[in-house]
Amino acid sequence: MSDTLDHSDRPWLDPDTAPFIKVDGITKKFGGFTAVDQVDLEIFRGELFSLLGASGCGKTTLLRILAGLETPTSGKVWIDGVDITQLPAYERPVNMMFQSYALFPHMNVAQNVAYGLKRDGIPKEEIVQRVGQMLTMVELSGFSKRKPHQLSGGERQRVALARALVKRPKVLLLDEPLAALDKRLREQTQFELMRIQEQLGVTFIVVTHDQEEAMTLSTRIAVMNEGRFIQIGPPTELYENPDNRFIASFIGSVNLFAGHTLTRNNDLYTIALNKHDLQCQIEHTQHLDNGSPIWVAVRPEKITLSTTPLAGEGLNQLMGTVDDIAYTGNLSTYRVKTQSGDIVEVTHPNQSRSRGSQLIADWDDTVYLHWTSADSVLLSE
Amino acid sequence: MEPALPHRMTRLARKLQFSLNGVIIAIPFYWLLIFFLVPFVIIFKISVAESLIASPPFSPLFDIAHNGALSVHLVFDNYAYLWEDSLYIKTYVNSIRISTISTVLCLLLGYPIAYAIVRSAPTTRFVLLMLIILPFWTSFLLRIYAWMGLLADQGTINNILIYLGLINRPIRLMYSEFAVHIGIVYSYLPFMILPLYANMEKLDHTIHEAAADLGARPFTTFLTVTLPLTIPGITAGSLLVFIPATGEFVIPDLLGGGNVLMIGRVLYNEFNANHDWPVASAVAIVLLLVLVIPMMLYQHIQSKETNG
Repeated sequence: MSDTLDHSDRPWLDPDTAPFIKVDGITKKFGGFTAVDQVDLEIFRGELFSLLGASGCGKTTLLRILAGLETPTSGKVWIDGVDITQLPAYERPVNMMFQSYALFPHMNVAQNVAYGLKRDGIPKEEIVQRVGQMLTMVELSGFSKRKPHQLSGGERQRVALARALVKRPKVLLLDEPLAALDKRLREQTQFELMRIQEQLGVTFIVVTHDQEEAMTLSTRIAVMNEGRFIQIGPPTELYENPDNRFIASFIGSVNLFAGHTLTRNNDLYTIALNKHDLQCQIEHTQHLDNGSPIWVAVRPEKITLSTTPLAGEGLNQLMGTVDDIAYTGNLSTYRVKTQSGDIVEVTHPNQSRSRGSQLIADWDDTVYLHWTSADSVLLSE
Repeated sequence: MEPALPHRMTRLARKLQFSLNGVIIAIPFYWLLIFFLVPFVIIFKISVAESLIASPPFSPLFDIAHNGALSVHLVFDNYAYLWEDSLYIKTYVNSIRISTISTVLCLLLGYPIAYAIVRSAPTTRFVLLMLIILPFWTSFLLRIYAWMGLLADQGTINNILIYLGLINRPIRLMYSEFAVHIGIVYSYLPFMILPLYANMEKLDHTIHEAAADLGARPFTTFLTVTLPLTIPGITAGSLLVFIPATGEFVIPDLLGGGNVLMIGRVLYNEFNANHDWPVASAVAIVLLLVLVIPMMLYQHIQSKETNG
């Protein structure tokens, strides 16, 4: 651990910390189809790491390679300094929670949870004790004699979690752990998962297609597409500093304006939007030639809406008319049509309760959109 | 106006629905009653009659004397005869022994086949299932004759073995218990595979992965997960093989000859050679009891288990 900077919460920033899980050039091909394409990944002890992507992006295949349920075409996997690439699933220090839960239908809850401990030849008294502890932790103490078909979806999910955790694995793999639950239960269970993960200190790797879930749960997220990682980082970094248009539009919603660079002063680029009469200055660390095509990305909540024009240093302004309003309770989303015909999304918190005042503008009103250059991101790809 | 008109109409509809349900259940019910129970009662009636040299060759159940008195004529001698003559008991035991061995062989062969079919790619699966069902498109009798050609002293198998120099003179394959086992296993294997396939197909394959993930080696996974979950298929398949195999007549007659005693052949001989219909009927009734009583016991135990 470094003396000057404490990275205990963010081990990936500390060059001295050895990764707990190391994925090295893993490729998996199914016939002619490449599911996972030359990926490298380092995950640290105690992380809650998410693999995020649309279905078919290779995230589940990568998880199954970590579990030993799939053999990689090439590449290696290390856990805690041991090369486990050739180890069969039943000898790996990892456990998995399956998307379908995969509970044994002929065994009751206690037998399901005890299954892994029995395979390790653990004494009977210890099995009973550890199963009891686990069921208490997932709040299913009274359910030990029930069969899976007598449980609700949420209860089954907790049995699956208990069964996977009871062996005290070095890594817990969770394949879409919350996908089968309804929205309310899902939100509740997210915090439950985080509590359990903190309590046990086990490294979690979660596969999910739900970006909100990944944002809530994770220390870091790896966004996957077509078998490759597009960007790896903490939720705030993915949201505020996306590397490219794919990430910007995959995580949350974003307004993208096409433009080109005019001049450069150190890291500060002056750019012009193609379809709008607007110039602004945005920081960008990579080198771009003058005249390069770029995109300016602005999140809907970073734009303010007003019915009168505002003036200010570094304030970008566009004029348009309100095309549509979506009221969602806490927020209202305005879809504003600019003079060039583009639709710009703006969200506005409904802070006041009084009737009518939530809406700052009505349909077809002329409105002005403002944002500061610091709140926009310059994307080159 | 009567406001309850729609209500009355739904009641009528419900009544109609009820009677329609009744009709749907009644058809198979009466079908079974007529085509299963009635012959069974007739067989039972014959089994408690006396053998006569007449047409029909047994004494009537009811007799009206000259004075008009009705007398019922019931004789249980035939059942006593089955018990006294050791041939019958020996044949029952032998039939059950042969069909038990054949059922076990069918299970040992059919289980991996069913498993392989379930785990194969969908297109291959269809072809494999068709291959299992394909033999049914040829007459059963013809296929047993084909086995006679294969197993005969001058048959295909012996000829190939001699040609390969593995044996000097033909080995005796026909007219043995071995040939009967081949015949039964060959004929009844699909009846084992299909219920097993139907059972295994419903299993979620991820539970096998879950077992491996929790530290179970493949064989342990089989013993603790696959096997317990396929018991319904094993039971159904075994019953479908065991029951008809026990009463099998064609296979022991054609492939076993006089060397293999099975109850189906004894029954056939009593009817056709001895013309002793009452004894033949008693043989049939006892066979039915031998097969039905263990099944009922099994069902009783199983329903107790699921309720308990």
